[in-house]
Amino acid sequence: MLNKTEKYVIIVGCGRLGGHLANMLGEGKKNSIVVIDKNEASFERLNASFSGFTIEANALEIEVLKQAKIASADVVVATTNNDNINIMVAQIAKSIFGVNQVVARLTDPSKEKVYSELNIETISPTALSALEFQRIILRK
Amino acid sequence: MKIFIVGGSKEVYFLAKAFISRGYDLTIVNENEEFCKRLSRTFKATVVKGDGSKPYMLEDAGIADADMVIALTENDPDNLVVCQIAEKIYGIKKTFAIVNDPENIQIFKQLGVDTVISTTNIISSLIEQRAIVDDIQNLMPIAEDKISLMEVDVAFEHPVRGKKIHEIDFPKDAIISCIVRHQEVIIAKGDTQIMDKDRLVIMSKPKVQSEVLKCIRGRVD
Repeated sequence: MLNKTEKYVIIVGCGRLGGHLANMLGEGKKNSIVVIDKNEASFERLNASFSGFTIEANALEIEVLKQAKIASADVVVATTNNDNINIMVAQIAKSIFGVNQVVARLTDPSKEKVYSELNIETISPTALSALEFQRIILRK
Repeated sequence: MKIFIVGGSKEVYFLAKAFISRGYDLTIVNENEEFCKRLSRTFKATVVKGDGSKPYMLEDAGIADADMVIALTENDPDNLVVCQIAEKIYGIKKTFAIVNDPENIQIFKQLGVDTVISTTNIISSLIEQRAIVDDIQNLMPIAEDKISLMEVDVAFEHPVRGKKIHEIDFPKDAIISCIVRHQEVIIAKGDTQIMDKDRLVIMSKPKVQSEVLKCIRGRVD
């Protein structure tokens, strides 16, 4: 029986960021997680205790997303190292499958304004790091 | 008219030639430095080396007053992003993208790209049609594959030979638009008679194509 706090999360891209996030979210088996990556070796980043599913495929193919049951996902996170792929996956999730919460990783902060109006949350590791550096530098 | 071409390889060269000869103002954004050099030497166009899926790159290249943007990179997501930046940030209504995965046609349209073309689809449908029937000379999908234009040669033994167009029991979703006879083009009307060696230019919905061919040649194969 699913309890209220449990979320169905699809993570696209199992790089350092995606893999780490999958491990974090999967802890204590609170959420059910599917990780998609086209490279099988990427899944080695997942903990031995990771209990979610992995799909080795190209997430840009609609069939793959359907196989991951994207329509019933609560959250889709796009974390590949290619901004444009993340943007496309995020929009497919949002506009075509109506996923409630969609978050995309965006290395280039200049693209952010295009996607804020599409209701897609973006996280820019570059901007976050810069902020943190700034905070430390100005802290004294 | 000011046209922007982002990405692409050989086809850019030929498109540029065609656009410039028609007097269009052309800007090309491409990541390949050698290619950019060659284009800038050959054409009277603005050539910018860089990644066209970055807003500042397009801005520097002067996208603000472009009338049309064409995205030709080999990566579908890049083409989507180029078209969306053009449309959402710069309000350019005419955006045009090439996709590799035919399933992306629908997706791109839903996400706001104006015109989407799948080369894979065009080539595969051409090959398919050619492979099935020899008498079809040319086949071109138009209006996103919803309708196609084909040329069929009439031979002596075909049942339509000698008939007038209104006498033929043609499928409802197809029409003979014109007839090429001795290099002359005749616009087909109800009383136009079909003769041996005529080439019929037929517009039809794809699903009635085989019916059309059966009607003309009296057989399906």
